[in-house]
Amino acid sequence: MQDRKALTDKQINDTLTNSILRTPLHWYILTGFFAVIVLMGFVAVGILANRGLGMTGMNRPVYWGFFITNFVFWIGISHAGVMLSAILRLAQAEWRRPATRAAEVLTVFALGTAAMMPIVHLGRMWRFYWVFPYDWARGIWPDIRSPLVWDPHALSTYLIGSSLFIFVALIPDFAVLRDKTTGMAHQIYGALSMGFRGSVRQWRLQAIAGIILSALLLPVFVSVHSIVSWDFGMAMAIPAWHTTIFAPYFVIGAVHSGVAGVITVLILLRWLFRWDDFIRREHIDALGRLLFVVANAWLFFFALEFMFGLYHQEGTEVVVRDLWLFQTPWNVIFLLFIFTGYIIPVPMWLFRSVRRSFPLMLFTTILVNIGMWLERFLLIIPSMGRKHSFTFVWGDFAPSPIELMIVTATFALVFMLMLLFAKAFPLIPIFDIKEGNVLRDEIQIGRRTVQAVIREE
Amino acid sequence: MSRKVLMGLYDTPDAAADAVENLQGASVESIDYDILSGTPYPEGTFGEPPVKHKLYVFPLVGAAIGITLALFEGFGTQLAFPMVTGGKPILSVPPMIILCYELTLLGAILFTVMGIIFESRLPRIVRGLYDKRITEGLIGVVCTFDEGRDEEITKCLNDAGALEVKSEE
Repeated sequence: MQDRKALTDKQINDTLTNSILRTPLHWYILTGFFAVIVLMGFVAVGILANRGLGMTGMNRPVYWGFFITNFVFWIGISHAGVMLSAILRLAQAEWRRPATRAAEVLTVFALGTAAMMPIVHLGRMWRFYWVFPYDWARGIWPDIRSPLVWDPHALSTYLIGSSLFIFVALIPDFAVLRDKTTGMAHQIYGALSMGFRGSVRQWRLQAIAGIILSALLLPVFVSVHSIVSWDFGMAMAIPAWHTTIFAPYFVIGAVHSGVAGVITVLILLRWLFRWDDFIRREHIDALGRLLFVVANAWLFFFALEFMFGLYHQEGTEVVVRDLWLFQTPWNVIFLLFIFTGYIIPVPMWLFRSVRRSFPLMLFTTILVNIGMWLERFLLIIPSMGRKHSFTFVWGDFAPSPIELMIVTATFALVFMLMLLFAKAFPLIPIFDIKEGNVLRDEIQIGRRTVQAVIREE
Repeated sequence: MSRKVLMGLYDTPDAAADAVENLQGASVESIDYDILSGTPYPEGTFGEPPVKHKLYVFPLVGAAIGITLALFEGFGTQLAFPMVTGGKPILSVPPMIILCYELTLLGAILFTVMGIIFESRLPRIVRGLYDKRITEGLIGVVCTFDEGRDEEITKCLNDAGALEVKSEE
């Protein structure tokens, strides 16, 4: 399984800081391209702020549309970071090493993007601060009984925690960059490294920090998407969402789309920065196997959620499933979601040759995220459109160009931020790769020489 | 008596461990030597004593502060704007549990990070004796000693096969 090349510390430093110290032309082209789309997105947001929510496709009774779908999607993408980094670190899985920081950074940027969506959705975005308990002059406080108030608490905790997790692990890598640069860059990396020297004490505390922060972030990871699911599950007005399965269903869906997102990002980074020696077939093979398990768990929860709605013959739930299966264009979207989210990619992951192929894994993981975005869309819009018993108040939703632009811009924003991060900081943890070298050995068993990993007890 | 600092640079962990052994043999206290590396090695690789720290206290303190703030927020907002909903009590417990859960973890995380930085003795304004080649794979053994022991300490470092012995000047 382990097919790595032996690299010296200097080679590791040089390769992993190459993207920072020397920038390929295609980095500028890609970043510029995404920046233009992001700018167009901001213009769209400005138009929305100026003209109001009438510019969107939202109308009675569908008050939550593309923005909330996108919000839930990006929260989902953010879940893989902590899951991969924290769980694999606690399990001492060696193959986590190249993937952890990219996953954690994707978490932070996905969370930041997700947090922007409810603010854009507000219409009067400048009033977003009303959600915080700051004011004692108006006599009104946020109602803590609402999941919409739990959301900012959970999101802030996850965002702050993930950001600090990345920062602490970056300190030794800042020291590497400090030692490799001169001038202003040297000063900045020197300040960020805070004088880190790599003493025994500092390394020991880094290891303990990784364990404690992983253990603290894992409960946050479970709670965040559970709380987001309660935005729906605890909404009194929408009977189609009244199911207790939402919390685990959303969490497992988040892991499904998040891990797929991480694989997509890793493959693209490998191609962009020529990190063939670090992101290897064994890594995407392992992630593919994890994804296979998670996808099947997700299917189980999806099937439960589907069946629960039919089992108790609640009218509003039955009509939503009728919409999914028999009404155009919803049944087309449903088929697209099922095929892209599960039927095409998951059986492919049964084959080792597929899991070890970068193009095929890129294809399947992109499909998964198309499917998962559509899953959130199907969960939100039809339920709102059919929330009343009287058919004369049923409604539908069609996205406006403004919504399409803003949602597209969020994808461009995340990719652009990842590229900017890769320009300033190493996306593969340098010290982690070096530690992997230290703990690796080759042993002879019979006629075969195998790679072995030393575990510190 | 003034103190001086010397650093020996080694290219293998074994050589660095030999240097540490030599310093221990010369009755240098563990507080007076340190090993600098660009890679984390398993604890005890160089024969150094285990690191003593109180990092575990920080998340506990942070969690306590977090849960206090959460209870303050939960009680405070509900009592400041009391709403009787369906005849139920003004103070609703389930949402307070959620707030307590999140802010406890947030407090623990924030204080853990502060603890890591503090226990790592960072930020270190004056970095002290250092060599950039440490991040490229060399291992530095730094020794602080009283004036007058220069030759003895230099011999300890050189006998272990130091590539170079640097002083603070």
